[in-house]
Amino acid sequence: MADVAGTVPEPVMGDPSPEGRFGRFGGRFIPETLVPACQELEKAFRSAWGDPEFRHEFSSLLADYAGRPSPVTEATRMSEALGYRVLLKREDLNHTGSHKINNVLGQALLAKRMGKTRLIAETGAGQHGVATATAAALFGMECIVYMGEVDIERQKLNVFRMNLLGAEVVPAMSGSRTLKDAVNEAMRDWVATVEDSYYCLGSAMGPHPYPWMVRTFHEIIGIEAREQCAALLDGGVPDVVTACVGGGSNAIGIFSGFADTDAELVGVEPAGGAAVGRRVPGVVHGSKSFLMQDEVGQVLEAESISAGLDYPGVGPEHAHLADIGRARYEPVTDDEVVEAFQFMSKLEGIIPALEPAHALAWMMKARDELAGKTVLLNLSGRGDKDVAQMQKLLSGE
Amino acid sequence: MSEIGAFESALRARRDAGGKILVPYITGGLGDDWLETLRAVADAGADGIEIGIPFSDPVMDGPTIQEANDRALEHGATPASILSAVKDADIGVPLAVMTYYNIAFRAGDVRFANDLASAGISAAILPDLPLEETGEWTEAADDAGIETILLAAPTAPDDRLPLICERSRGFVYGVGLLGITGVRASLAQSAMDIAGRLKSVTDKPVLVGVGVGTPEQAVQVSTVSDGVVVGSAIVNRMLAGAGPEGVAELVAEFRSALDA
Repeated sequence: MADVAGTVPEPVMGDPSPEGRFGRFGGRFIPETLVPACQELEKAFRSAWGDPEFRHEFSSLLADYAGRPSPVTEATRMSEALGYRVLLKREDLNHTGSHKINNVLGQALLAKRMGKTRLIAETGAGQHGVATATAAALFGMECIVYMGEVDIERQKLNVFRMNLLGAEVVPAMSGSRTLKDAVNEAMRDWVATVEDSYYCLGSAMGPHPYPWMVRTFHEIIGIEAREQCAALLDGGVPDVVTACVGGGSNAIGIFSGFADTDAELVGVEPAGGAAVGRRVPGVVHGSKSFLMQDEVGQVLEAESISAGLDYPGVGPEHAHLADIGRARYEPVTDDEVVEAFQFMSKLEGIIPALEPAHALAWMMKARDELAGKTVLLNLSGRGDKDVAQMQKLLSGE
Repeated sequence: MSEIGAFESALRARRDAGGKILVPYITGGLGDDWLETLRAVADAGADGIEIGIPFSDPVMDGPTIQEANDRALEHGATPASILSAVKDADIGVPLAVMTYYNIAFRAGDVRFANDLASAGISAAILPDLPLEETGEWTEAADDAGIETILLAAPTAPDDRLPLICERSRGFVYGVGLLGITGVRASLAQSAMDIAGRLKSVTDKPVLVGVGVGTPEQAVQVSTVSDGVVVGSAIVNRMLAGAGPEGVAELVAEFRSALDA
């Protein structure tokens, strides 16, 4: 239907250009071998997303398997302590313990539709690996997960979970042996197996159509949160919506629900992995975005207490949102994160994953600025996977 | 029709004389004697040489070239150090660099293309810059007289190959298999197939690389292609400490097998 007034305003977070660009970011910077696969994937995704049957199947899985909708919780005691109203979008309550399941169910369904029988994934903290292994078990697919050797050590429980779910976990031994190198290994696998394998990328990054497709599968977070907030806020929206950003999938999901409102959008990066904070554009892992790198273009190793955010790049749409000033990105240190991790555990009876503890750490730092406001925090995952690491750290080992 | 550059001219000269083309790859900055290796490889019968500029995240490369990359980077290799070394050397055959796009992008497309040209480099291969993304780079490269060599993979549908061949300069790089660089026990059927498919749509030199690791495999694929790119087999020798003579010996074996 045409708008009577004439023009319909362009949505802030609309579809990327035909070349897969969000502003000057994005694109498809990949080996030629993978270009036809990405073109085929884009076509398959467009067709699936336009197919009511696929949409119905996806919604049903989210509801009956993943347990959606996830609630929004009033964080009463934290609100009292911080001096402003805190709402938590409870992605930690999803099956497998984080938001990652949304994207994985969407992509696994798509892989099935495309006739692929093997899922490849990279993982940092292990959340995406566990989610992919889960979907592979559900659909009866083979699953191989690349994980940095360093991350395997700090996330042993998730490695065991993946094995239990029938996935093979392969250590990435090159470079920093963290998430970045796991992505390299996953891409190398995909280059060799592209005919029967599906690369189930875990964040809103990589070559077109991944950043857009992954966002689309996570838009459910923003759609639900918008409705839930409206019910709590007399039809209004929160003053601030915040989420942690590594590649940026949980943030892009919740931002999408509020991009066209007055809500301020704040992405929180680890200080040691603040790609947006440094504002240097680069090209790695398939897209042009902000990238931590040295003066000649060698990618730097990110450093973060959180394996899930230990990544030197960021999804291209975040770079674009920063570019146009629609979202801002703030850094927090590991120490601040450790404090936030304990703060939420003690005050709300919710042990957060270290990743969303970043967003909370910023909220604690920004108390003065946030006084009297309503802040929605995307609690992207639960902290069970982190307790062994935190126990070690807090007991001074 | 664009003007034919130095790299393509040298390759055409070999082909016109009825020979098969040999383009070895060596990792720039790998060891103290890499420049001597470069010279020795030229003298051993290379028609052109690819010099790898190491990148931190080489997603198209297998363990051999990854290790060479890491060692060169640890040794302090930078794009500038490699280019300035090459600039003062008189190698005698045209040179191409192979690196990943971020190295060019970080420097700036125009500046990087000019840096290559002033170092006497003729051509460039950027394996993570497929046809659709070449625009800004090729404009800068064309202006600087740098030939941009494009890759063509077994996964490309028939209608894509002519587009790649049309835009490629220097030669067309047929990817011999589905996978990353590295020596394989035998030549993949896909190497013969991609060579045949490319030869049927272009008059430009068609070289096959990735998975061409022995003189026998080089001869086999060159029955269809105009020649080969040999990377990991040669870099393996460098990593093993064979020195310029040892590496040149292997290149000479490829040369004589192709000439036989």
